Amino acid sequence: MRDLYGRFGGGLATIFLSLVLVWLAAMVLAPNLMMIDYALRPNLPPAQIGGPQDVRSLDNFLYLANEGVHRAIFLKTIWASALVAALTLVVCYPIAFWMAQRATPGQLAVALMLVIIPFFINEVLRTLAWFILLAYRGPLNAVLQGIELIDTPIRWQGNGGVLAGMVYAYILFMLLPIYNAIESLDKSQVEAARDLGASTVRIHRRVVIPHAKAGIATGCVFTFMLAAGSYVAPALLGSPGSRWFTEIIYNWFFEGGDWNRGAAYALTLLVLCLAVVLATLRIARVNLTDVAK
Amino acid sequence: MSHSVELDGIGMTFGTTRAVSDVSFTVQAGEFFSILGPSGCGKTTILRMVAGFLEPTEGRVLIGGRDMRGLGPNQRPTAMIFQSLALFPLMPVWENIAFGLEARGMGKAERRKRADELLRLIALEGYGDRMPGELSGGQRQRVAIARALAVEPGVLLLDEPLSALDLKLRQHMRAELRALQKRTGVTFIYITHDQSEALAMSDRVAVMSAGLLQQVATPRELYDNPATPFVARFVGETNAITGRVSAVDGAMATVETQMGALQGRARHGVAPGQAATVYIRPEALIPGAGANTLPATVERVDFEGAFALVHGRFADGAALAASVPSTRLADAPAPGTDARFSFAPDHAVVLADA
Repeated sequence: MRDLYGRFGGGLATIFLSLVLVWLAAMVLAPNLMMIDYALRPNLPPAQIGGPQDVRSLDNFLYLANEGVHRAIFLKTIWASALVAALTLVVCYPIAFWMAQRATPGQLAVALMLVIIPFFINEVLRTLAWFILLAYRGPLNAVLQGIELIDTPIRWQGNGGVLAGMVYAYILFMLLPIYNAIESLDKSQVEAARDLGASTVRIHRRVVIPHAKAGIATGCVFTFMLAAGSYVAPALLGSPGSRWFTEIIYNWFFEGGDWNRGAAYALTLLVLCLAVVLATLRIARVNLTDVAK
Repeated sequence: MSHSVELDGIGMTFGTTRAVSDVSFTVQAGEFFSILGPSGCGKTTILRMVAGFLEPTEGRVLIGGRDMRGLGPNQRPTAMIFQSLALFPLMPVWENIAFGLEARGMGKAERRKRADELLRLIALEGYGDRMPGELSGGQRQRVAIARALAVEPGVLLLDEPLSALDLKLRQHMRAELRALQKRTGVTFIYITHDQSEALAMSDRVAVMSAGLLQQVATPRELYDNPATPFVARFVGETNAITGRVSAVDGAMATVETQMGALQGRARHGVAPGQAATVYIRPEALIPGAGANTLPATVERVDFEGAFALVHGRFADGAALAASVPSTRLADAPAPGTDARFSFAPDHAVVLADA
């Protein structure tokens, strides 16, 4: 703060600060406060808004708690998002390690391009590509049948499809933090561990992973939040049996016409995500500023 | 249990670059052996081939008489101390030291006991629960040594481990390394570009230049009887005066130079008619005329305490460096004057130019 004033002088620094505050108040604080207000009020016809029935209560939250199907989907969304984060970690960690410690500068450049270029395309289109790939009469089934691995096509869409689409969609958010973390590990530490007789598993468990912990936690938090709030992948790649909680929220808003209940649902998701994120960081002993970096 | 290390014609090629060509020498079990050379001479490559991080493209590495081909660093009886030390910053000191034992499946209580014994050996008793970041440079150095010794290696490989320390500490650690080597009896192979380090600590030294082995000898031999012009110039300071060999008489050779005929000890392969250089150590040059007299102009006299270094040019343009003991400072010529220096033929070496 003092730096800011020192560098730009009182007038300009005050303008910067107030712009940031206005931004935060208008774009972050106000919508969230409005959502809380919505969530606490009943859904009434316009004529009755502000009338005697328009009192704040926890009814909308209790509705979610007592509605078995929605509750199950909510819990499934949470653990499935955790599963997405875990799977993405499993996929990304070896790639990140290879990129950070083993790859030559040329290989690294190619690998980074291969990972980043798909992200030039909109997420909806990328997911649509998976939709085509995983279709019942699509290329994946055709190839598997062609090499006679399966007799009849498999219905990929559903839980498996959602998982694949999400892992793919969020690779970058997991890969880059871990790559950054491992990249700063002195190569001779890995060599020293190997020289002292450690197996590959031990080298990773004792040397690389502790060093990359902040990066891994960051990647997991990103991926978890993105997965829990994802709409496109479950909508395109899912099946009626693999509904995501965001789809239910969407339905309340745009099909059920009950914004109040939708707001309550969205708020519940937000709070639970925050709780999971903070718990993860606490367990990994990483603080929020490390993640922000 | 210490092991000998034999390099049998090893070579290493990275792509089109030849890092090491046809190097052969044997390090005896229990020896303190240094590999000395400027950066990029291939000495670290050799160490990494002994450790198992690199597989030589030619030749064999034998440790304790066993061919090491195909064995990784974790399967060889060697332990390496890295230039950066490579201590694990997130483990306490004792876990660092016991890491190799952990990898060998030793139980925690026993590991801790071994680590404490080693901490006593390196005079860091009671430091086991600190983190490496809390130690001083010299202490970290000793922890790295203890970590390597913990796995009871037959050969300890040291990659310029003292280069990050300041001069005082470096000198102290030299003595300590030397004492530790004598006490443990482990074979040490020590990489350095610092010739005084190599001369002070080693039983024998191998000098490398541009991937080629120049000479393997005791420090004394290296200094007094360099085998190649590179060794003569790289190890210690020297005066080099070029000319042509006019006569070889047994062990002595006469070289015709611009400053007259000079005599010195002939190294093998010096024959009349060859272009050759006479190498004279600064301390062998004595102010005043004598058997081999060289006219020179003095530019600067640096008083260093025990001796004074006289810098200038010989009459043929070659650089002059002569050291005059402080007790004889009255003999030293003044800066800006012409002077004569002489040397005993026994104190000069004649080498054919490469």
